Amino acid sequence: MSTIMPLSSRGRTWFQALADKAQPVDTGLGSVLVTDATWGGERVRLLAIVPDPRNRFPRARHGELGLDEGWALAHHVRGAIAADRSGAKRTIITIVDVQSQAYGRLEALLGIHLSLAAAVDAYAAARMAGHPVVALIAGIALSGGLLAHGAQAHRLLALDDPGVVVHAMRKQSAARITRRTVEELDELGKTVIPMAYDIRQFAKLGLLHELIAGIDADAPSAAQIAKVKERVAAAIVDIHNNPGDLTSRLNNAEARVNRAASIEVRRRLAEQWNKS
Amino acid sequence: MLFALYGFRSAEVAGLRLEEVNWERDIIMISRPKQRRAQEYPLYKALAKLSFAISNKLVHVVRGGDEALGRIHRVRHLFEGQRLALPPGGRVPSRRRQQPVALLAHGQLAGKPAVIMAIEGAFQGGGMGEVSASKIAGALALARRDCESGKPILPVLLLETGGVRLQEANLGEAVVAEIHAEIIALRRHVPIIGVITGMVGCFGGMSITAGLCSYLVIFPQARLELNGPEVIEQEAGIDELDASDKHLIWSLMGGEQRYETGFADAQIEDDAELLKQTIRDLAARGVPARHRSEKVEEYRRSLADIDAAAPPDGPALRRMWPKGEMP
Repeated sequence: MSTIMPLSSRGRTWFQALADKAQPVDTGLGSVLVTDATWGGERVRLLAIVPDPRNRFPRARHGELGLDEGWALAHHVRGAIAADRSGAKRTIITIVDVQSQAYGRLEALLGIHLSLAAAVDAYAAARMAGHPVVALIAGIALSGGLLAHGAQAHRLLALDDPGVVVHAMRKQSAARITRRTVEELDELGKTVIPMAYDIRQFAKLGLLHELIAGIDADAPSAAQIAKVKERVAAAIVDIHNNPGDLTSRLNNAEARVNRAASIEVRRRLAEQWNKS
Repeated sequence: MLFALYGFRSAEVAGLRLEEVNWERDIIMISRPKQRRAQEYPLYKALAKLSFAISNKLVHVVRGGDEALGRIHRVRHLFEGQRLALPPGGRVPSRRRQQPVALLAHGQLAGKPAVIMAIEGAFQGGGMGEVSASKIAGALALARRDCESGKPILPVLLLETGGVRLQEANLGEAVVAEIHAEIIALRRHVPIIGVITGMVGCFGGMSITAGLCSYLVIFPQARLELNGPEVIEQEAGIDELDASDKHLIWSLMGGEQRYETGFADAQIEDDAELLKQTIRDLAARGVPARHRSEKVEEYRRSLADIDAAAPPDGPALRRMWPKGEMP
């Protein structure tokens, strides 16, 4: 299946668009792009995962988050935390276009779960250290790819585009495991919102800070790039004005409808907690 | 992340019901459709063991939201709260259709406040949905609130889970991300101890949770991996990994292998007293100076030494990374 997966380059497209002409940091990996851009005098660190047909781990050549990628993200996020320890905290922006995690024997042996945990840990550490952390979902955001490279951000933003897909598992694999056809899964996604693959359904869960419309995700114009930067900048202002945790994903109108159970479980737990 | 039906056919999983829990014998009865005779599974085993160690008899259970494949349309709001007295030997009332995947026990462990968060692997492969994951995330948040107000509480996670349940895919993932955030915030105050006892093992987004724990206890029969063997085989082909090759699977992700290569802090046999003592010993170490998932440079150096073109196998990696002592 992976051999026919197209080498999506949205991660690279948006990395270059947002980096402007900033010099990339040498990550030693063809699959991990990092740079420090300057937006209106403010430094932002951009990180993206891109396909690398020469990746030394064959299972991570199509833009998957593999062993090296997880640890590299952790390294470059922690590098920014260390460098800004006593100064202004630069914003960290994850550009999300990740074909899930790498699935392989070597990945299992060498502990890919810990590699992804290290990336999760680093992004959360940056958030808690006072760096605004924003995820821009520009393409595929599958499974461990999103968990390790975006989900710990203060705010999730996404392009309103049919090629933007968020899910726990590739559609073909999910169809096989649930014994349904891909068409049946699509149909199901219309009524069961958490099962949907398209970003407009995902937006109903209250997890997105903003769905940015009117952007050509594959070939953005200069005006569209400026608009995305402007929306990211607005998210950064919002982060500065609100708590540094993930509660904004629960405290919003969509979540009150479509994440009512998340809210209710927490309420009941709090009620019971001190009664024992 | 991955909905793994380890050892069960999906129809059986769909039909699973909690019939009876016998806390004295640590087993649960499960009816299997093709067999008249009910089979015994060591369901809730780990929680049952630990619940004996809790001097406070009250166990909080917020149940529900744990529906089966065939009841996909009822995903929403299928839960109810209840407070349940659960002394050793007591019984969980039988309920139809709604079975808790996550159980929370709040009480005393070795004379100190503790909260035990258990994921029940034998129901739906411990698949995490919105409700079950929210129970864990919510409990971690409350534990943090206790710690921040000067009332330290020891969090223990029992991780028997195939990952996120596909019926609630994106919501399950979202709440698992909240669990990750809560663990990272809470473990600054107290060590968080993860336990993987086996039967299902720990997979998907919850294997990342295991990676974030301060200390990890693993049983030899348990497995810990991001990707379940069946999923690796499905995604990468049988030449990459034959999911039916038990010896190979355990040589990669089995409890002993994970302990010997430093991905777990203790490997113990299946024994309640030993488990309790191990948890006490690990808790006594306090918060580690750096957690395993913070040892970025060590792991980057160790990975750089791996030749991807001529990679080690399980036994070879034990020699290269003995108990996490890396070059």
